Amino acid sequence: MIYREAGQFKTSYASDQAVFPIVQDRVFVLAAVVAAFVVPPLVAGDYWLQAILIPFLIYALAAIGLNLLTGYAGQLSLGTGGFMAVGAYSAFKLTTAFPRLSIIAVFLLSGLAAAAIGLLFGIPSLRIKGFYLAVATLAAQFFLIWLFNKVAWFTNYASSGTITAPDRTVLGVTVTGPNATAAARYVMALAFVAVFALVAKNLVRGRIGRSWMAIRDRDIAAEIIGVRPLRTKLLAFGISSFYCGVAGAELVFLYLGSAETLAFDINQSFLVLFMVIIGGLGSILGSWLGAAFIILLPIFLTRLPHGLGLTMSVALQKQIELMIFGGLILFFLIVEPHGLARLWQIGKEKLRLWPFPH
Amino acid sequence: MSDLLYMVLVAPFKDMAGSPAFLVEVLIGGVFAGLMYSLVALGFVLIYKASGVFNFAQGVMVLFAALTLVGLLERGAPVVVALALTAAVMVGLAYAIERVVLRPLVNQPQIILFMATIGLNFFLEGFGEMAWGANVKKLDIGIPDRSFIVRGVQINELELTAAVTAAVLVTLLALFFQTTRIGLALRAVADDHEAALSIGIPLKTIWVVVWSVAGVVAIVAGLMWGAKSGVQFSLSLIALKALPVLILGGFESVPGAIVGGLIIGVGEKLGEVYWGPLVGGAIENWFAYVLALAFLLVRPQGLFGEKIIERV
Repeated sequence: MIYREAGQFKTSYASDQAVFPIVQDRVFVLAAVVAAFVVPPLVAGDYWLQAILIPFLIYALAAIGLNLLTGYAGQLSLGTGGFMAVGAYSAFKLTTAFPRLSIIAVFLLSGLAAAAIGLLFGIPSLRIKGFYLAVATLAAQFFLIWLFNKVAWFTNYASSGTITAPDRTVLGVTVTGPNATAAARYVMALAFVAVFALVAKNLVRGRIGRSWMAIRDRDIAAEIIGVRPLRTKLLAFGISSFYCGVAGAELVFLYLGSAETLAFDINQSFLVLFMVIIGGLGSILGSWLGAAFIILLPIFLTRLPHGLGLTMSVALQKQIELMIFGGLILFFLIVEPHGLARLWQIGKEKLRLWPFPH
Repeated sequence: MSDLLYMVLVAPFKDMAGSPAFLVEVLIGGVFAGLMYSLVALGFVLIYKASGVFNFAQGVMVLFAALTLVGLLERGAPVVVALALTAAVMVGLAYAIERVVLRPLVNQPQIILFMATIGLNFFLEGFGEMAWGANVKKLDIGIPDRSFIVRGVQINELELTAAVTAAVLVTLLALFFQTTRIGLALRAVADDHEAALSIGIPLKTIWVVVWSVAGVVAIVAGLMWGAKSGVQFSLSLIALKALPVLILGGFESVPGAIVGGLIIGVGEKLGEVYWGPLVGGAIENWFAYVLALAFLLVRPQGLFGEKIIERV
């Protein structure tokens, strides 16, 4: 970095273990968060907010959730889309059944509903490991989507089978539904992801996070030193699904406006997994970077030929997009298998020593 | 409540006993469907055995092989030439994958390699469609899709051919693994990469060989599935159908892929026909997964997977 940490001595465990041990980092992150709340709603146009920033924030939340489970606790899951669907559908049911309930409470409660389902589908993880578990979580994915498709009660018997976000307000400002401005929805999404990212950061540096990492690195050894696999793994599934559930509710209420089960299909699970792996397993920062990368890349690729002045058929462009997308994933995995977070760390180290690397 | 129990536990079996010919038909349909799944699952198993890579791109490899084959046939190549050329393309693909993807990622955790194969999945999907076009194609290999009746039971000729092909393929593979020098080397690599390297087995060659064999298996699977339902993008989704087969049989076991396929195929058909109507149908998407999950709870490594020995 441009700044150095010289002269900042850590004299207590608390200061050594702080989330941001360096003063400049603290100031910078705080300033960035404040700026994120203030600047884009004033400056950015509706396209930027709606097409880029809001999905980025929502997917960052989902990626943090999956990273807790896969990156920290080491349980590979392909059921993210299903858990997000649970969040979305329970938010819809809750807010239509209790219209006076605050939408914030609705989001949190639907997160809890997703957590309960996550716990249920996490139970096999006690016996099944690795890729066997990954395929087993696909059972959750397919079963949940089928359930939401089949049982009309979940959509309040809508003939179209879609759920639609109604108008709901926070402090007098409409934040969901067709009448909400993009700026209001953006601030709402940002508030959620900022709080939950902080919670996640604190979770993973505390006792719970350490027991997750112990299970991830060698579960038998962890069990022998007294980490309870049952509690630890289920807690990981529960908390991860909570995050995914809130993200799923946000996806419908703050981004799409209305959705059917197709919005939560298996591709959604892979998308979030991509973010986690490209960003960096076991890194909260990585979840942000991964979400930004995966959200921005397709937008960039779609606009690229236009920007270069090339004209091609839609089908051909889609095929080339797919190839570049796949190729870039391969490229990043080969260059740095530990993800963008590691690249960022390496860059930081290099800059710290610059211009005298020895 | 007792009504419900009756509908779940008694009525389906009464239906089965009521018309045995229909039951046999359902069972045969299940066996054939299962063998079709096995054909895809085999490709997964081969690669996982030899390189520990969970190759998600196998489904797209099937699609790619089928697309190449159809493309060549459309341009007027005789069947034998087209098959040989497709095989050559798949071997070339295996070589390229080894060189570009696997070699730089050697010794990385399995999940990274898994992710890389998903990247490969996207790339091949785009590439295959760009090279051969995205419209639905018909693959005609001269086996009519018609049925004949033996003792009141309908049998589909195409499915029968697929079943026989699968059986022949598995026998050939088993012979290849058990009797040839390369097969021996493959088994050694599957056991332990480092030990195999240290006694002079060229890992790179082995990987190319095993991805080529998986490519050839993909051609056969592509032939059969393509003849059945046309060559189109949805062909790559059969990978998702093969996954429950895979975990049920065990990732490392060739016989497991066959037996797993049969269990999933028969279970799926029985569930669909006799229990499906109870819950409103369309259960084929998840039923196989739940079935496999139930088996896994009893045997976490699949039916024929290697026993997991855990130590600190």
